[in-house]
Amino acid sequence: MTTVHFPALIVVTPLIASFIVFAVGWFDRRYCFPLVIIALTACLIFAAGLAAVVLSSGNPLHYHLGAWPPPWGIEYVVDHLNALILLAIAVIALLSAVYSRSMAAREFPLAKLPQLYTLYLLQVTGLFGITITGDVFNLYVLVEIASFSAYAMIAMGERGAAFAAFRYMIFGTIGACAYLLGVGYLYILTGSLNMADLNQLLPALYQSKALLAGFSLLIVGIAIKMALFPVHTWLPDAYTLAPSSVSVLLAPLSTKVGAYVLIRILLSVFNAPFYTSLYPAAPVLGWIAAAGVLFAAFLAIAQSDLKRMLCYLIVCEIGYIVIGISSSNRLGLTGALLHLVNDMFMMACLFAVTGIIYAHARTRNIYELRNLHRTLPLTMAVFVIGALAVIGVPPLCGFFSKWYLVLGAIQAQQWFFVFVILMSSLLNTVLFFRIIEQVYFPPREAIPAGHAHLDTPFRLDPVPMGELIPAACLACFLILLGFFSNMLITRFISRAIPGTF
Amino acid sequence: MATVYSPLPLYAVLAPLGGAVLILVTGNKRPNLREAWTLLAALAQCTFVYAMLSPVLRGSVIEYSLVTIYRDTAFMFRVDAFGMVFALLSSFLWVIVSIYSIGYMRSLQEHAQTRYFCCFALALMGAVGVALAGNLLTLFMFYEILTISTFPLVVHKETPEAMKAGQKYLIYLMTGAVFILFSMGCVYYISGTMDFAAGGFLQGKGSPQILKVILVCFMIGFGSKAALMPFHEWLPSAMVALTPVSALLHAVAVVKAGVFCVLRVILYVFGPALLKQLNVWAALAYIVSFTVIAANIIALTQDNLKRRLAFSTISSLAMIILGACLLNADSARGAILYIPFHGFMKITLFMCSGAIFLKTGKKLVSELDGIGRQMPLTMAAFSIAAAGLVGIPPVCGFISKWYLCIGAYQSHETWFLVVFLISSLLDAAYLFPIVYSAFFKKTDSGQPQVSEAPLLIVIPLVLTALFSILFCFSPDLIFNFYNLAGRVVSSLSWGI
Repeated sequence: MTTVHFPALIVVTPLIASFIVFAVGWFDRRYCFPLVIIALTACLIFAAGLAAVVLSSGNPLHYHLGAWPPPWGIEYVVDHLNALILLAIAVIALLSAVYSRSMAAREFPLAKLPQLYTLYLLQVTGLFGITITGDVFNLYVLVEIASFSAYAMIAMGERGAAFAAFRYMIFGTIGACAYLLGVGYLYILTGSLNMADLNQLLPALYQSKALLAGFSLLIVGIAIKMALFPVHTWLPDAYTLAPSSVSVLLAPLSTKVGAYVLIRILLSVFNAPFYTSLYPAAPVLGWIAAAGVLFAAFLAIAQSDLKRMLCYLIVCEIGYIVIGISSSNRLGLTGALLHLVNDMFMMACLFAVTGIIYAHARTRNIYELRNLHRTLPLTMAVFVIGALAVIGVPPLCGFFSKWYLVLGAIQAQQWFFVFVILMSSLLNTVLFFRIIEQVYFPPREAIPAGHAHLDTPFRLDPVPMGELIPAACLACFLILLGFFSNMLITRFISRAIPGTF
Repeated sequence: MATVYSPLPLYAVLAPLGGAVLILVTGNKRPNLREAWTLLAALAQCTFVYAMLSPVLRGSVIEYSLVTIYRDTAFMFRVDAFGMVFALLSSFLWVIVSIYSIGYMRSLQEHAQTRYFCCFALALMGAVGVALAGNLLTLFMFYEILTISTFPLVVHKETPEAMKAGQKYLIYLMTGAVFILFSMGCVYYISGTMDFAAGGFLQGKGSPQILKVILVCFMIGFGSKAALMPFHEWLPSAMVALTPVSALLHAVAVVKAGVFCVLRVILYVFGPALLKQLNVWAALAYIVSFTVIAANIIALTQDNLKRRLAFSTISSLAMIILGACLLNADSARGAILYIPFHGFMKITLFMCSGAIFLKTGKKLVSELDGIGRQMPLTMAAFSIAAAGLVGIPPVCGFISKWYLCIGAYQSHETWFLVVFLISSLLDAAYLFPIVYSAFFKKTDSGQPQVSEAPLLIVIPLVLTALFSILFCFSPDLIFNFYNLAGRVVSSLSWGI
């Protein structure tokens, strides 16, 4: 089979490509972008191949790096859970790379482009690696690869970005340290770093205080990385001030991959009885997340900067995912995983649109976006689709994940969580319709009848096609993911959830 | 009951969607082509819906499922007699209002006509989708499409007043949607299905307490769209919208979709038998009766013609829900018949008010003295519809009110009979003075010339007024509304 080495290739290809891009960039900058596209297209093929293999065989795919058998060697595992997420990352990374071409050319001096693309590919390497690895220490290494490239890319942004990146780095490093300490505890207790191996060894130690300490450190570390309220404070500044070409990649993916790590640690390293009953992590996380959802939704309403508003929305959506996890039943987990994937696309779509708006109107203040639909009709249509998806209007994808989350919370008899999810969709409605009103129906004095001449004929957005097409593709994904959500669930998600639920 | 599998319901929903896309693509460069798309989409939808009539009349159910959205719940259409009533009504009136809209928009040279016609088509897709949906989830999808696509129509004028009305509209309806989502979740949780079944599918599921909570949440959710008091405030405010919008959406498609959903829940989710067991129908009926009377009393005090009609709509809608709440065959038949009949009559009234505004710029009832001499055709149509709304025999309102009254009598709660009669009296009290002053009061400016609104506007309203009369003599005319209502009633079991 040609697919045997795909698990390694999907991580190694962008890694090698990032060095090549850097080297080639010394000689001729024009080759950087095609190289990035080739590498990411290859990754997309690998991800699709892996998904196909997992689907057709029905079993997880194990790959031993350097042929060292686990638990000594590093193992890459592709199962139904991460095959889906790898695919989503590959699609979004490719689309945002296409998007970033003209955007980056506008935002950076030409000399910086090779560096940007090097970091870009390193970031993708980290994201793929985090998702595919079956080794808790290797995961730490890849988290750091992703984080450091993120710090550097964010620091390249507008005024104040360097400070925001520095703050992010401090938070991120604390998170990574906490995670590493947790891994240390597990290693001392068991002598193993392999997830599957740990899953076998740990139940005997579930009464150990040291294990609890290790577990708590792991969770705190991941919570910081995924920007769970109340340790989300690094996120709004960092992502708002990051360049548009960068935030379109970072904002949708990195926090969601953090959420994936949380699910992976809870389900694959530990098990359900441990984190729900033995040690009540699930309810605690759930309540924190519920508070975070409301908090973030209100703060999002308070923002006048479109991008910053979206940043708070990310915090809100992370809260949804954690609420789903804390429901600790099949429906809730399905909702969490579905929302994880949906939210990647929703945020990618909205951040892409925001970038276009900022490039075109030179402002992100939502009160200055009046009548933008006349000059940017297609962009604003994409924005409306993204907004409706986040609000949860069927048949767009956001509705279905919310539906499962609500069902999960009902089944868990957590009525407050039901309230929070429903309430925050209402707040999201206010949030987005405030903008839609500003754009499409700007406040003005009475228009008496007889103003047909006010209408301007349709003209396609004066925006590079390289930006418009990826944004439109993402909007199409929001519709398709909605219609085919059940396929996603039966093929991938329902098999990713352990049978104990 | 035979089941026919046919993609017709899908076509009926896709026709306006295709229309909306074509309208958008054509834009305001070629307004004639754009309006042709509107008419074509409306005619196509009406044809598809009408094509489903004869199998439904033969007693079969048309089913079509597209993709599975959730476990065993598919994106599914299931056309029964009840859905047929609402689908026929909305799609036929859309054809008529399209003609009226074109006349109205062009005469007033309104801005943003492309947006207007596009959203109008999407709203009709939502309304007919609601009618043809086969389960709660599909219904909810179209319900949301209807809500969202109507928003740009409400705020069309973009004045501060219109924006306020739009915000109010959205807040009321989206809050309602949240309640519906919650109830849907609970229904699925306790019963494991969401497919409608004649006579309900919740019998024997869940505890009475949770069933009551679900019912109340459904009533709040769908009631907000049906403008049930105290969730009615958005409807009078939304009257700032253009008249064709008020006519079709705020008298037929949107609010009737709310009423339709309430009836769906009462008859096809809970079922009359279960509601009798739960013993909540009387409480519900009292709450709804309050809306019937109170809205009519408020209508008496309104001087703005459209606002007066809006409150009248609120009252009539509540009357339909009251008919269903009484849980017997005759009152249900009256309620179901009142959905199309009220639609035809109220749309006539709204179109008349639009014609008056277009011709004279008058919006207030107190300005209408002598208008009947200037616009005799319009005001004749108005008088017919007004008489129908009151329930005077040669107009169709009488038939449905007759059944409602018989139903009230049969439920052994004479009180509700009184409610129906008083509300008819109040209907007369706020509608007839308009007719009186239009024809019998003198204007200040002497004898006015006869000058009607453009033909594109007069023909539709005369047509709907004529239909209102014809339905009284032959309630089965063309659309078989009477037959369909009979089918609905006989397909349900009414308990004791």
